[in-house]
Amino acid sequence: MAEPRLIEISPVTRVEGHGKVTIHLDADNNVDKARLHIVEFRGFERFIRGRLLWEVPVIVQRLCGICPVSHHLAAAKAMDMICGVDELPPTAEKMRRLMHYGQVMQSHVLHFFHLAAPDLLFGFDAPAEKRNIFEIIKEHPELGRRAIAMRKFGQDIIEATAGKKIHGTGAIPGGINRNLPIATRDAFLATMDDMLGWSQDALALARRYTLEHDHLVTEFASFPSNYMSLVREADGALDLYHGRLRAMNATGGPIFDMVDYTRYHEVLVEDVRSYSYMKFPYIREIGPENGWYRVGPLARMNAVDFIDTPLANAALADLRTVTMGSPNNSTLANHWARMIEVVHCVEKIRELLHDPDLQGTDLKATGDRREEGIGVIEAPRGNLIHHYKVDENDQVTYCNLIVSTTHNNEGMNRAVKDVAVKHLSGRDRITEGMLNHVEVAIRAYDPCLSCATHALGQMPLQVELFDCEGALIDSRLRSEQSA
Amino acid sequence: MTMLLIGYGNAGRGDDGLGPAFAERISAARLPGCRVEIDYQLAVEHALQVAEAESVLFVDALMGGDAPYRFARVRADRSSDLGSHSLQPEAVLTLAETLYRKTPPAFVLGIAGESFGEVAEGLSATALENLDLAEAFFIDWFAASRSGDAATDVEA
Repeated sequence: MAEPRLIEISPVTRVEGHGKVTIHLDADNNVDKARLHIVEFRGFERFIRGRLLWEVPVIVQRLCGICPVSHHLAAAKAMDMICGVDELPPTAEKMRRLMHYGQVMQSHVLHFFHLAAPDLLFGFDAPAEKRNIFEIIKEHPELGRRAIAMRKFGQDIIEATAGKKIHGTGAIPGGINRNLPIATRDAFLATMDDMLGWSQDALALARRYTLEHDHLVTEFASFPSNYMSLVREADGALDLYHGRLRAMNATGGPIFDMVDYTRYHEVLVEDVRSYSYMKFPYIREIGPENGWYRVGPLARMNAVDFIDTPLANAALADLRTVTMGSPNNSTLANHWARMIEVVHCVEKIRELLHDPDLQGTDLKATGDRREEGIGVIEAPRGNLIHHYKVDENDQVTYCNLIVSTTHNNEGMNRAVKDVAVKHLSGRDRITEGMLNHVEVAIRAYDPCLSCATHALGQMPLQVELFDCEGALIDSRLRSEQSA
Repeated sequence: MTMLLIGYGNAGRGDDGLGPAFAERISAARLPGCRVEIDYQLAVEHALQVAEAESVLFVDALMGGDAPYRFARVRADRSSDLGSHSLQPEAVLTLAETLYRKTPPAFVLGIAGESFGEVAEGLSATALENLDLAEAFFIDWFAASRSGDAATDVEA
């Protein structure tokens, strides 16, 4: 009889930072346990204590090299609250929204074309040397050029609104520090037709993939869950920048709705587990066993009542026909949802660029000082919560962050287990393609593991195999696998 | 002839900020013919900038090794690591070559650090010493390159 084995994949490739997957096999080579261990760096919440409130929106961008704008805006919203500002001047809010739509668009485009497309277009079992962006652009060079142009467009929007591509200073407590010059606006408008057309092409690609691989999408890492998202307060529409919290169960039944996000700690609990530094949040009224939930593009498509831009809203209706209006539980459907949001962001960017408020000069509001502030946005990967307290000297005394990847922690663990059970159990040999199935499931959530360190000489992918005694019986590097 | 210098890394993660710190110093020096960019990491859109440059220098922190810095010619290599949202210099060059048919001469300067991964601002003492050495080397190298008399592989 075969010995029980432990398989490790470390770090997970094509996700930000480092993660490790361990799959425990029993004596018959069936999957016993599967876990995603995220090596999340700790200490930022402590590091930020003592910093002045006005510098927080800039400093928090160092949390992550992938979505610094999300942290910039969530922190700025929390600081608005501390400064007693409950409503921004129209120019300030619209400039922030423009920044956010540019950020979500470029993030989604990078993920879809660079990280996910090789898996989708060539198949999960394709050789490693085939499953990369170079093969995509070799066969579809125009697709590659478009992806880079769209990515650059989003980056340019960020630079125009935040001031710089990195460590932007645009959003300040109570407002924004710049408006959009007409010449800059016109330069963006000149490319809007291309952006809109290309985003629709990308949406069509994601849609076609999902429908043509219906069986795979339905079966692969598909499981029921609760979902949570911000929705627009007035009408339940998709709103990536601001709104109220809505949670629903796997059949679409309400759990809570239109909850003021400053009360997030009343509806969510942050659990800890011994094997991971990351917290495991759950919905308080359901409890830790069944109260876990997913966030992100697909969660948003499940939770919102509609989308307030016509092309994206039509695409949402199309997506919902697949599940006949019920929540979509397929992990791989995140890619389709992500491209719907790209179309939405481009539509919103075009709408904003035609709004003369972007050239307004009333940039900042003031109010009565508070000691506590909470800012929540829908970041590319999902809901993002920033919570601060400050003292009378404007210094931060408390910080709590719940990032999208933390919200999705349990969901990603379930996805890993689901795929491992379906694709690894009963096998006596673990192939590169099979291991990649696990990684594909994780990548669908586009997790940001909060580790932007990437110095030369960093360890590549390592696969290690242990026996039941914990002894290493096999080890391979990704580069060796790819050779 | 204009060189594009891209210094990248996260200044909030200790010595991972060596690339941006180097880029800031060279930017302040205002070397004629050297255009400086600073970013968290290399991404696909850098291929567009690389394609438009006459030569390129990638500057990053270096993990491990005994030398204060390493400087070498770097070329497109499609087998280079694509393991994250960020790219290696070889991958950016490959994208520029494949998509835009441009292959500018490119170099990589790795500056050794010793403190990575922690949430911390500022460079370690060792990293600062290595940064000084790398800066002095590059300014001399850049001047020599203007006259066509520069080495392409140096470890100091």
